[in-house]
Amino acid sequence: MIEFNLDRGSGVSTYLQLVHQVKQALRLGTLRPGDQLPTAREVVESLAINPNTVLKAYRELEREGLVEGRPGMGTFVRQGIAGATLAEHTRLRRSLEEWVRDARAAGLDQEDLRALFTVVLADAAKEGVA
Amino acid sequence: MRPALEATGLGVRYRRTWALRDCSLSVPAGRVAALVGPNGAGKTTLMHAAVGLLRPTLGSVRVAGEAAFVAQDKPLYESFTVAEMLAFGRRMNTRWDDAADRLAGLGIPLKQKVSGLSGGQQAQVALTLALACRPDLLVLDEPLANLDPVARHDVMRSIMAEVAGRELTVLLSSHVVSDLEETCDWLVVLNGGRLQVSGDIEDLLDGHLVLTGPEGASAAGTQVVGASRVGRQVSMLVRGAPPLDPRWQARRPGLEELVMGYLRSPESAALPGLTGVGA
Repeated sequence: MIEFNLDRGSGVSTYLQLVHQVKQALRLGTLRPGDQLPTAREVVESLAINPNTVLKAYRELEREGLVEGRPGMGTFVRQGIAGATLAEHTRLRRSLEEWVRDARAAGLDQEDLRALFTVVLADAAKEGVA
Repeated sequence: MRPALEATGLGVRYRRTWALRDCSLSVPAGRVAALVGPNGAGKTTLMHAAVGLLRPTLGSVRVAGEAAFVAQDKPLYESFTVAEMLAFGRRMNTRWDDAADRLAGLGIPLKQKVSGLSGGQQAQVALTLALACRPDLLVLDEPLANLDPVARHDVMRSIMAEVAGRELTVLLSSHVVSDLEETCDWLVVLNGGRLQVSGDIEDLLDGHLVLTGPEGASAAGTQVVGASRVGRQVSMLVRGAPPLDPRWQARRPGLEELVMGYLRSPESAALPGLTGVGA
């Protein structure tokens, strides 16, 4: 099971936050194929958000093939997120940590790091790498 | 799909003053619509006309099915117990669901006198009475006014759970826009008795941009809702695609920015089927 929480000051729309949290849970293995997502009613009763927002998030996850709605039963996880395995995660994290140390030594602060990472990520997306 | 609430050329005049003029809008079924605007904008008048508490001077307003209305002052009899309030509701209404379970679930004692309840509990009792009529449209005038943050959250959770549970449309007014950000999916802005905005909130936010740039940058191709200037910097709320001039920084507005942008420019409007926007 997953419990959603909202960062109300983040500027990220609520439905996207829900989508990201499900994906994150799939990556980390806290949600696995066959698991049920909370019903719209359960989510709105804890977060006081519009139920259509929850349905929109679930539709988006369904469109991406990650979950499926079973009429009268609820929404269930269909598959985990294919991608890097846990071992690869660890390896990539190590090299990122090394990069951060390197950048720190070169005099970049937290904000510089974030800006640089965002720019590289955006460029990669443009080139179709990420 | 048939709209839950539809107003056509609605006008309401009190003696010589028009409280509402030429108001045409429709709210689709299943939506939670926020009705915002400054004091005296005509919010309460629109609600009263919608639920039949006053007769329009001009035009018409129609609700699909039954409407329930909770006025701002939470109309409960102070000397009644909660149980007596429920019995009263049962006698006064033809459609009535037993609501005692709901109140028990909220921890509100049925034997307690209304006057002895907290503001949040009174709001929950008023809301419960309205929901017990099983309305198709629930109209709430400032449901969160005078409530502490926890009670506000609880009242909103109750309303949202009800919307999730069955086909219910909600129209609620507030002048605290941040209370509505996560809960409403339809926006109606009234200003000075006129309708300025009516539409799906996501579509509205996607269709507008906040531009920041130097004085003299060209915003050609966009429709300017409102602009403000500090020194040589200009900030604008616009409709349409980002302008070509690269000196602009563009981002999506928040709900509060969108509402404030329109309220500050009463001549601007974002209504379905309307393309012209005042500059």
